[in-house]
Amino acid sequence: MDRKVMKKVFFSNKMTVLCTGLLLAVMAASLLAPLSPYDPDAVNVAEKLQGMSSKHIFGTDSLGRDTFTRALYGGRVSLLVGFAAMCVAVFIGTFIGTVSGYKGGKVDSICMRVVDVFLSVPSLLFIIVVYAFMPRNMVTLVLMLASFSWTKVARVVRAQTLTLKERDFVTAAKALGVGQSTVIWRHIIPNLMPQIIVASSLSIANAILDESALSFLGYGIQLPMASWGSMLQSAQQYILYNPICAVIPGSLILITVLCFNVMGDMLQQILDPKLVK
Amino acid sequence: MSHFIGKRLVQMAVVFVFVSVFAFSIIYFSPGDPLYLYTSPSVSVYKMTDEQLEDMRESLGLTGNAAQRYLNWAGKMLHGDWGLSVSNHQPVKKQIMDKLPNTIGLMGAALLLSVILAIPLGLLAGSYKNKWVDNIISGISYLGISLPAFWFGIMLIIVFSLKLGWFPSSGMRTIGVNSAADVVRHGVLPVIVLSVNNTAVFVRYIRSNTIEQREEEYVMTAISKGVPKIQVMYRHVLKNCLLPIITMVGMNFGTLITGSFIVESVFGWPGLGTLCMDAINSRDYTMIMGITMLACIVLLIGNFLADILYGFADPRIKRGEERENG
Repeated sequence: MDRKVMKKVFFSNKMTVLCTGLLLAVMAASLLAPLSPYDPDAVNVAEKLQGMSSKHIFGTDSLGRDTFTRALYGGRVSLLVGFAAMCVAVFIGTFIGTVSGYKGGKVDSICMRVVDVFLSVPSLLFIIVVYAFMPRNMVTLVLMLASFSWTKVARVVRAQTLTLKERDFVTAAKALGVGQSTVIWRHIIPNLMPQIIVASSLSIANAILDESALSFLGYGIQLPMASWGSMLQSAQQYILYNPICAVIPGSLILITVLCFNVMGDMLQQILDPKLVK
Repeated sequence: MSHFIGKRLVQMAVVFVFVSVFAFSIIYFSPGDPLYLYTSPSVSVYKMTDEQLEDMRESLGLTGNAAQRYLNWAGKMLHGDWGLSVSNHQPVKKQIMDKLPNTIGLMGAALLLSVILAIPLGLLAGSYKNKWVDNIISGISYLGISLPAFWFGIMLIIVFSLKLGWFPSSGMRTIGVNSAADVVRHGVLPVIVLSVNNTAVFVRYIRSNTIEQREEEYVMTAISKGVPKIQVMYRHVLKNCLLPIITMVGMNFGTLITGSFIVESVFGWPGLGTLCMDAINSRDYTMIMGITMLACIVLLIGNFLADILYGFADPRIKRGEERENG
């Protein structure tokens, strides 16, 4: 599909525009977090567990830190982890998927059995177990999240590669003596872009959701750094006194994940009109 | 059919071996000595000679190279000897089996609720495609997929336990009360939270299948013959949607297991999840391995049963043909 048509279809769909707008707003707010007058980590016990007020619009937490400011800084961490995990997962998934689909035969069946193994373990449990014995930092967290989500990308990419490799332009390239890796890189992958974009959007949504669950259980982002999930973990003890501390980060997770999910689905419909019924 | 079952069993065995190697390598490569409690002069209250320690290593299967240790451990697992918990010296298997029914009960109730809710909602949304009913149901199912379960749990606790006081906020029984009604009252919120995600996934699936089926000719025929719409939906469309539902249930078993772990920790439900979190926090290797293996077994059996049911429901597989996406 040429770029102009794609742009037109994209902007004609109200849902995608709305979700993109919301996501941009969340991202911009997180990036502009330093504009807030409060330090996200400054403890001020005198003002702890306050409700909504003009001074602290979403109140303060158990240590008197401004909830809104912390949520913005937390957004940086959550979005960064989600984005990084998606990048790693899409990279591995695309690589394995194209090679597996293009090569076929033994390579394909080995790759797909590996995918089966990864799909038949309870991923979050494994991440928690492994994470308990690893240095807890953002890099390992991202790698752990990616190591269980690349399989979905690989499956989609493989299926599409199988049909692409039968197409005439691939046969023509092969007949001209173009090497395998060049065919994959120059001819297969560019044509996989719609599937990859959709998978990326859904993959970010999953990564953010998983990261928040891990952090909530205490196995994700470690203090003093905060993500939306770890904010909820500390808010849990004080919900009786100040429920708003728990409402804000959770709503942000919900909005972000929802937008990525809706966008992924809408993009799929736009990029793949066959599926629209 | 038997060929199909055999093939799936072999596949399952292979996956199981992989998973067990993985679980074993966690304990093998984990830092520190499992007998730290006995060897460290600063911690140990046991005065043991080197020979006694050597005997102990032998009896715990801590001697030999990685392969020997793995085979030793795997052999014992297969014979039902899951070892002793490092932290409280009780048999791992017994502790797990004590907690297992609580988790299975939670998962079963949630799965049942999901299916009961998802079938009518999915059919309704599918048959009124792009009408307001569909828009509402689809919108809610998007929310259900994107909702962080633990957060939803906290919100329900705030509203229904703390503000309204309808349901208890944690645990499984009130101390001193021993009735089924009490357990059910404790279980309502966890089951709702656990079922949300699956319900949303099922609704979306049933909706798209309904849309697909409604375009089939046999549905047209039935409608043109004057069969009432509701009857067409339940007699014809639903029957053909059941197959994918079975697969979906099998495929979502993993989400259900990890979901139950999260829900248990929010609601303090005394099941496998709570046991596992405690084990991880106290570095109880034998317990972690036992629970990990059990979770994998449950997941594999779930997938396997779903495949078999699918096979029984789909005559092509019964005849031994491959499924398209095999």
